[in-house]
Amino acid sequence: MTRIEFWQGNTACAEGALAVGCNFFGGYPITPSTEVAEHMAAKLPKKGGVFIQMEDEIAGIASIIGAAWTGARAMTATSGPGFSLMMENIGYAVMTETPCVIVNVQRGGPSTGQPTMGAQGDMMQVRFGSHGDYAIIALCPASVQEMYELTAKAFSLADQYRVPVFLMADEIVGHMREKIIIPDSMATTQRKALVKGSLPFRTGDDRVPGFPQFGKGYGVHVTGLTHDERGYPCATNPQLHEALVRRLVDKIESARHAIADFDIINPDAEQVFIAYGAPVRTVQQVMHDRPDKNIGFLRLRTVWPFPEYALAEFKNAKRFLMPELNLGQMAREVERHVRVPVISIGKLGGELHTPAELVAALEAQR
Amino acid sequence: MSYDDWYRQDRLPHIYCAGCGNGTVINCTLAAIEQLGWKKDDTVFVSGIGCSSRAPGYIVTDSLHTTHGRAIAFATGVKMANPGLNVVVFTGDGDLAAIGGNHFIHACRRNIDVTVVCMNNQIYGMTGGQGSPTTPRGCFSSTTPFGCAETPFDLCELAIAAGANYVSRWTSYHVTELEKAVKAGLETPGFSFIEALVQCPTAFGRRNKFRQVADHVEYLRAHSLLRAKRDRLVEAGERVPEDMFVVGELARRKRPVMGAKP
Repeated sequence: MTRIEFWQGNTACAEGALAVGCNFFGGYPITPSTEVAEHMAAKLPKKGGVFIQMEDEIAGIASIIGAAWTGARAMTATSGPGFSLMMENIGYAVMTETPCVIVNVQRGGPSTGQPTMGAQGDMMQVRFGSHGDYAIIALCPASVQEMYELTAKAFSLADQYRVPVFLMADEIVGHMREKIIIPDSMATTQRKALVKGSLPFRTGDDRVPGFPQFGKGYGVHVTGLTHDERGYPCATNPQLHEALVRRLVDKIESARHAIADFDIINPDAEQVFIAYGAPVRTVQQVMHDRPDKNIGFLRLRTVWPFPEYALAEFKNAKRFLMPELNLGQMAREVERHVRVPVISIGKLGGELHTPAELVAALEAQR
Repeated sequence: MSYDDWYRQDRLPHIYCAGCGNGTVINCTLAAIEQLGWKKDDTVFVSGIGCSSRAPGYIVTDSLHTTHGRAIAFATGVKMANPGLNVVVFTGDGDLAAIGGNHFIHACRRNIDVTVVCMNNQIYGMTGGQGSPTTPRGCFSSTTPFGCAETPFDLCELAIAAGANYVSRWTSYHVTELEKAVKAGLETPGFSFIEALVQCPTAFGRRNKFRQVADHVEYLRAHSLLRAKRDRLVEAGERVPEDMFVVGELARRKRPVMGAKP
């Protein structure tokens, strides 16, 4: 039986994780993500899972990576300052191909910035923040319903591609309360086990190795050093390093059609909004108020890997308009894929764009 | 001792310099584990970054070679998620006490059921000999060219103050004692900390007038002050020599633990 609740976004995030079997949460309190940890602290022990409040965010992500290697579905939640602290271990999770879910309820930065106000200032940091070349998956919810659904989906993607998956929420979505429909059950994909006897980091066509869970007799050595297919450090072989890093990037980039999650509205339009996260709501309001086939909308749920092919669906597009709660981070990504102007409608300070602001952008330079 | 089959033969030769004390500590640890009859499939080694932290890569069990300073935080995740596993952390003085100091004291406070074996060579070996939080005052390193002006940490006192259930210090000279201490640490529920002072001829010894490896090991032996002797000196109101370090079992207690075997 589906049921209907009236929940806060952060609660929905925690419940979405629990619905697909998240059984380990390690984290550190930080506004505006703390309710995720609080909800997990209350619920996980009753379900036989583990909640642990670590001494900082570095330890928080370290604990979930350790837990993931024992087979746990593990998650942490944080916001800007904590996210910055996690960067080194995010790279470690990428290099060691550790499935885990990291929630970032974004707030205004840089530095301590605006702890209680929404922002989308970490969209480039999530993609490029750790050192070296790599690829990750990032999802952006725009409603309480999506806080639930996309958190659940993040666990499937993490297990399927053996990569850290990020739920890039924001304070607005995290703290808003609205109706949510809870399904009976959520479909979920579990990581595939390593075939006994095969090399732990040898892969097939999908470039994703099987998972050698700790305690199951694999005797696997896991290291953040550049490693060969046995998992052994091999840090001075140029060809091996390049092959490994290219595989880590390719396994995500080559799957971006499968990973992509977006809606296209009015593909014949000349003016096209692109939005993800909370600004989606303002665009939806504008489109509701002004039914006009000439206003299109690319509404992204998957932001990384960026589904650039979706842009080509808008064949008549004369320009793309991008309301973001930052100074145009994803607008720059769109710019490199299209030949028409990309108008960045960046807004800082913590408040959503008003519909009037987006209408003004529509009218300007028409 | 029959710990040979715990090593990955296909990883040899190892990276340790001739005369390094780390091998002694790894042997003692594996010998203690072998004595306890631990199964390879149930044992996980975790480490951070540095010479000591390369040890898990030479052992056949599951192992997690992590980021600098964070081994104990990763180990906490492993142990809490699956308390049935035996979790041992190999670390060094820089990894544990500098970049990882916060994780160290909090793991002691939680009394998480892992055993931490610290190879304290009093210097950063892998990066070529920089001063560490345990470099003694006056000692030379590449970043203390005029002699170390800072006061070092006493890692064992730190662990005791922070709440660890088991704490011992020995040196690479005290092979028998070290092995027994590791065994006691492995058997004691809660956080166990074993510090092993080791010689590092390449980075420490050659800068600090230890012309031979044996000179440094002899120094470690001669400057070890048994805990019982220290206690007698204190009781008699006599001065405890400042250039000596206390060795022996320094704490064994039964504070509440986290992550113990079910």
